[in-house]
Amino acid sequence: MHKLMASAHKEFLLLIRDIGGIAILFVMPLVLIVTITLIQDSTFKTVSDAKIPILIVNNDRGNVSETILKGLEESNSFEINIKDTEKIAKDLVFKGKYQLAIVIPEDLSLGLEQKVAQNVDRIIAKFGLEEETNSSEKSISQSKEVKLYFDPATQLAFKSSVKNGIDKMVSKIETQSIYKAFQEQITDDPTETIFETENYITFKEILPKENNKELIPNSVQHNVPAWTLFAIFFIIVPLSINIVKEKSQGTFVRLRTNPVSYATILGGKTLVYLVVCLIQFVLMLSIGVYLFPAIGLPTLDISGRLPLLFVVAIFAGLAAIGLGLLLGTIAKTQEQSAPFGATFVVILAALGGVWVPVFIMPKFMQTLSNISPMNWGLNAFYDVFLRHGTLLDILPEISLLFLFFIATTLIAIVYNEKKNAV
Amino acid sequence: MINIEHISKKYKNADNYSLSDLNLLIHEREIFGLLGPNGAGKTTLISILCSLIKPTSGSFSIANLTYQKNKNQLKQLIGIVPQEYALYPSLTAFENLKYFGSMYGLKGKSLENDIHKHLEHLGLLAFAHKKIDTFSGGMKRRVNLIASILHNPKVLFLDEPTVGVDVQSKNVIIEFLQELNKNGTTIIYTSHHLNEAETFCSRVAIIDHGKLIIKGKPQELIDQSEGSHNLEDVFISLTGKALRDHA
Repeated sequence: MHKLMASAHKEFLLLIRDIGGIAILFVMPLVLIVTITLIQDSTFKTVSDAKIPILIVNNDRGNVSETILKGLEESNSFEINIKDTEKIAKDLVFKGKYQLAIVIPEDLSLGLEQKVAQNVDRIIAKFGLEEETNSSEKSISQSKEVKLYFDPATQLAFKSSVKNGIDKMVSKIETQSIYKAFQEQITDDPTETIFETENYITFKEILPKENNKELIPNSVQHNVPAWTLFAIFFIIVPLSINIVKEKSQGTFVRLRTNPVSYATILGGKTLVYLVVCLIQFVLMLSIGVYLFPAIGLPTLDISGRLPLLFVVAIFAGLAAIGLGLLLGTIAKTQEQSAPFGATFVVILAALGGVWVPVFIMPKFMQTLSNISPMNWGLNAFYDVFLRHGTLLDILPEISLLFLFFIATTLIAIVYNEKKNAV
Repeated sequence: MINIEHISKKYKNADNYSLSDLNLLIHEREIFGLLGPNGAGKTTLISILCSLIKPTSGSFSIANLTYQKNKNQLKQLIGIVPQEYALYPSLTAFENLKYFGSMYGLKGKSLENDIHKHLEHLGLLAFAHKKIDTFSGGMKRRVNLIASILHNPKVLFLDEPTVGVDVQSKNVIIEFLQELNKNGTTIIYTSHHLNEAETFCSRVAIIDHGKLIIKGKPQELIDQSEGSHNLEDVFISLTGKALRDHA
């Protein structure tokens, strides 16, 4: 125990003497979480001063194009710029000046009106309410295309969301036109309400409740746990460098001749770096609770969940430390440990669902995700933050994290013993 | 005290043996010098005796103990002063010594008093609370030495303990080691300073190409070697004048 505490004290001294290292350990994760949350928050809510500039070429100039333009304006997501020709708009978009150009075809309103009228006439005739006209004599209006030009650099998610939005808008216009045409056929009084045009089927999102109060997750509730975990796992970089440094400066050689086990040396590092992880965690939470509301972001709600959050942070920290100990033991130089450690954390984060939700990953990646400690940590954090889970709910995840710590540390010890066996 | 039997060592991917069938008996309370040109196998032998590397074949015991059976007991018995400064640059001399002392189970006031005593003895007390990275080479060598003897080892291995230090530091180190030896510590040391070895060592062994060439008391070796006036003459006559550069 005395040797363990002495090792921990030495690690503490080494850490506090490296001011630059401390700054990187504590400040960089904070910068990361603020930056990411600010960026992601804008995708969660509509920000009036962050409209996306788009181009519109209105060749129709009828009711339908007016409705589309009104819909785009009311969405508060776009800054609309009207252009005269399709060519100008296309060139500007393909050069990357704008992300999107919408070209509304000529006579779209007229065409739609004619098509709906034809269809309604036929239906009415079938019911014998009107003389049947010879349909073959009337030409059916050809379908019209609303052209969308996207900057090739535009992300797929944005494209899909724009396409879906326009599709929905066009469907609504078509439906309303049909109702209107029927109305005109059935009654001469335009003020008479025959059809209820409001949607019959609507959606309602049911959220978990606590004390009869609906708990609405926001970008902060999503981001803080994910990026906190990311920062915690980045501990493997300084920790592995610390171990490699001991090897290169000769102190590890001295320690190998001392009557102290490698487990004790690693134990000292584990204690100190676990405290570092927890300080990082507290700083991250403080940012969420105190700084975010001050800069216009949603507040991180941790009420009643602090003890469980600390439990998750401790076990996630242990898993990260285990990985750092193993990497530091195996690596021979800092040039090996630092880039590998940093890249590996990014891979673990990607696999763990920090950037892209696991459920939308390909099957193979979902399976891989199950063996990422960051996925276990993230699920445990989400259980506490968003699903309001209990200790029992997070028990499987924290057990896996602890087993991961034990396994990686044991491998490090066995590897060291084998390598230095006499 | 130290019984080395048929020790050989061949490093992975090496063409030749670094040590080849080496036999040596070092007595208690001796100051034994391991001398030889660069790449002769001195550091390899010390590393084997300190359990840092494994011999390819052969065996050895220190005070009738072996690493296979008495690892921790043996580690408590020996001290090693490595050629490199095995110290934490950002810690002070006192912090370094306290940490390495603790690794031998030493603690409290007794450890602190010992650290102060040794620092004073080696002229470093005024620098006890200065960081190692501000020390000169000679000062680092002295702290390196103290870190190895805080637990009063019975056997002390020193790998070139006076390399790169000024005459004053060298004298302080040699005097300190002689005093340790008087108090019962067996000293095994390697050096390129043959004049230093001639006066300091009770016995020396010259090894070259991993083989033991000769061993004995310095004066006896000088007397036996025709035309030699000092240990350096003996060394040159036995190992030749050719350069021993290794890549």
